[in-house]
Amino acid sequence: MIEFHLDTRSGLSPYQQLVRQVRQALRLGLLREGDQLPTVKDVVAQLAINPNTVLKAYRELEHEGLVAARPGVGTFVTATLADASLAAHGLLRQELRRWLAKARRAGLDEESIEALFMTTFRTAAEEDIA
Amino acid sequence: MIWLTWRQFRAAAAMMLAALAALAVVLALTGPGLAHDYATGIAACTTQLGGCSDFVRRFFNDHQGPFLAVTAVVLVLPALIGLFWGAPLITRELEAGTHRLVWNQSVTRTRWLAVKLALVGLAAMTAAGLGSLAVTWWSSPIDKAAHTFNFPKMSPLLFDTRGIVPIGYAAFAFALGVTVGMLVRRTLPAMAITLAVFVAVQLAMPLLVRPHLLPPTRSTIQITESNVEDFQFQLGADRLRVSAKAADTGAWVLSSHTVDASGHTVDTIPLSPSSGPCAPSGRPEQTLSACLAEIKRLGYRQQVTYQPSSRYWPFQWYETGIYAALTLGLAGFCFRRIRRRLS
Amino acid sequence: MTAVIQARGLGKRYGRRWALSDCTLAIPAGRVVGLVGPNGAGKTTLLHLTVGLLAPTSGSIEVLGGRPAGSPAQLAKVGFVAQDSPTYAGLSVADHLRLGARLNPGWDDALARDRIGRLGLDPARRAGKLSGGQRAQLALTVGIAKRPELLILDEPVAALDPLARREFLQGLMEAVAEHELSVVLSSHLVSDLERACDYLIVLVDSRVRVAGAVEELLASHHRLSGPRRDPARLPADQHVVAASHTDRQTTLIVRTDAPILDPAWTVSQLGLEDLVLAYMGKPTHTAHTGRNHRPTLEVQR
Repeated sequence: MIEFHLDTRSGLSPYQQLVRQVRQALRLGLLREGDQLPTVKDVVAQLAINPNTVLKAYRELEHEGLVAARPGVGTFVTATLADASLAAHGLLRQELRRWLAKARRAGLDEESIEALFMTTFRTAAEEDIA
Repeated sequence: MIWLTWRQFRAAAAMMLAALAALAVVLALTGPGLAHDYATGIAACTTQLGGCSDFVRRFFNDHQGPFLAVTAVVLVLPALIGLFWGAPLITRELEAGTHRLVWNQSVTRTRWLAVKLALVGLAAMTAAGLGSLAVTWWSSPIDKAAHTFNFPKMSPLLFDTRGIVPIGYAAFAFALGVTVGMLVRRTLPAMAITLAVFVAVQLAMPLLVRPHLLPPTRSTIQITESNVEDFQFQLGADRLRVSAKAADTGAWVLSSHTVDASGHTVDTIPLSPSSGPCAPSGRPEQTLSACLAEIKRLGYRQQVTYQPSSRYWPFQWYETGIYAALTLGLAGFCFRRIRRRLS
Repeated sequence: MTAVIQARGLGKRYGRRWALSDCTLAIPAGRVVGLVGPNGAGKTTLLHLTVGLLAPTSGSIEVLGGRPAGSPAQLAKVGFVAQDSPTYAGLSVADHLRLGARLNPGWDDALARDRIGRLGLDPARRAGKLSGGQRAQLALTVGIAKRPELLILDEPVAALDPLARREFLQGLMEAVAEHELSVVLSSHLVSDLERACDYLIVLVDSRVRVAGAVEELLASHHRLSGPRRDPARLPADQHVVAASHTDRQTTLIVRTDAPILDPAWTVSQLGLEDLVLAYMGKPTHTAHTGRNHRPTLEVQR
């Protein structure tokens, strides 16, 4: 079962964060079809947020066709966002690990690695758009 | 609500019960002996010359300490009830803020107050009643002797602490404490004010109200050897001060003065100790009777205004009734006032 | 939609001071309402009027369609936890539950015992020996277990440490989710309320400055910054809540439902705390109290 957390400094409202975390979990394969989402009561008891917030998030997910509410039972995942690319995750993760090891051996500290990755990532994204 | 009242009242009730039980034990152990002593003494002295006045006086003197002690207990009991059961009833809740807890439960303030007043009030009356009953029973031999020392049955001190009036006093003191507590809202000031008002009322009753519950009896009596009380010549002047006791030894004397033949009040009688009928001649008893005969011939008598002891029980009921009415009045005021919001 | 609390021109006066004036609210059901304001603003007065501990000096208030504390049935519908969570120091936890059971016909004993058990409170422990957080939880349990429709809490977490605060709100929200309660919760800190509330009332100096659903308020309030401008020259449908100027720049907080088309403005979203602060600086219309007019939050830098 997935566990939610709230980042009070993120620019997103609580319900948006919940929706995002569900989507993220679906993408990473942490949530699969048929899994049950935590009940409103459990989420609220853990995060101390308004139940309407949770209901709103679950309704939006339902609207997107990702989950379905079964009255009296709970809310269950009906679709998945993980696609074929999930299979590639394992391999990609391994390659990333090797690259990180290389970067460290070359003498880069953590900030430099992050800066290098982010600038390259953004430049590549811009090139894709262009 | 009954459970809650009991639960909050438990400790106070236990203390009162313990105190009353201790009192009861002491009285129960000593009471029969006391009654026996008095009975045998009276039986012995009636056959003797001189009558029983000596025995009675001695008996009271011997037991004066315990007499005053138990009288004090019954006197103080209603005040304590008013102070420790009445005043904190509402102020304790207000000071702790718990009125915001309990008055939000599904019970109206009226019902909350009604149950508390009824149960604790009943306990107050029972405690006072039991105390008074026990003391009245135990002290009855001493009470019979008490008139010799200016404690006749109808006198304020004895009247206030025997019979059923303490029940009325306790109920009134309790209601007074609750009312003052509701108005003042803090415990210690409420206790102080309750005490002050209660004492004032208890003083006002025998001074202003009780003498007039029934019109007092006024009787004019001859001054004789058997009832003469004061008999004193004034130094320097040829004047004699006398007074006489009423025949009813248990009566409550409101006023007593010597009057002359035409009914005017006089302070002293113009008789000389050195010459005339009141001058000493022969034995003292002869001088006295000659002097009294002269007083009678001159027309001087004693006018006594009193409440006879036969009115003891009527007065007890009337006074209890008055205090009951006061109690109900205070309670009614409390009910009206508590509906006004107290935050 | 029925309002749980309907106040019309509600006012309360003590001597010559108005603790609450001209309060008109219609709070919908099923919400967690946050009542925010500085100390002395009148929050406690408003809440006491709602539960019937006070009677109004002017105006009227209706709670769940009835007069506050008007009858035992009305009292059963509204749960209240006063400031500092009053409990009977001499009574044990179990005694408090018994109190609730005896004085409330709608008392749910299983719920109360379950809650006490999960909170780890020792039933035999006297309430005077509990910590502040535990007393707050006990008071909340007594308020919830009588199964009210509306729960009123006066600064319930003000005196609690952060952990106790979080635990209290968790327990409260769980109860809201489970029993579909409406809740009114007051605080002088917005941070306490941000997560839990979906309806906001800002009370400053005995008056209601703003009341509405949090979502709506956040959507209709914007921060505008741009070159120095006189706020009075804005379009009529943009109500200025707060203004702040330097010699060259103006920052405004406005409330408007229409889009902001003026390109000179940089428009940004407002957090709940900033929104509340903006309203706390707004001047009072003081014809009633006769005090001096306070200027708009102006900062000259």
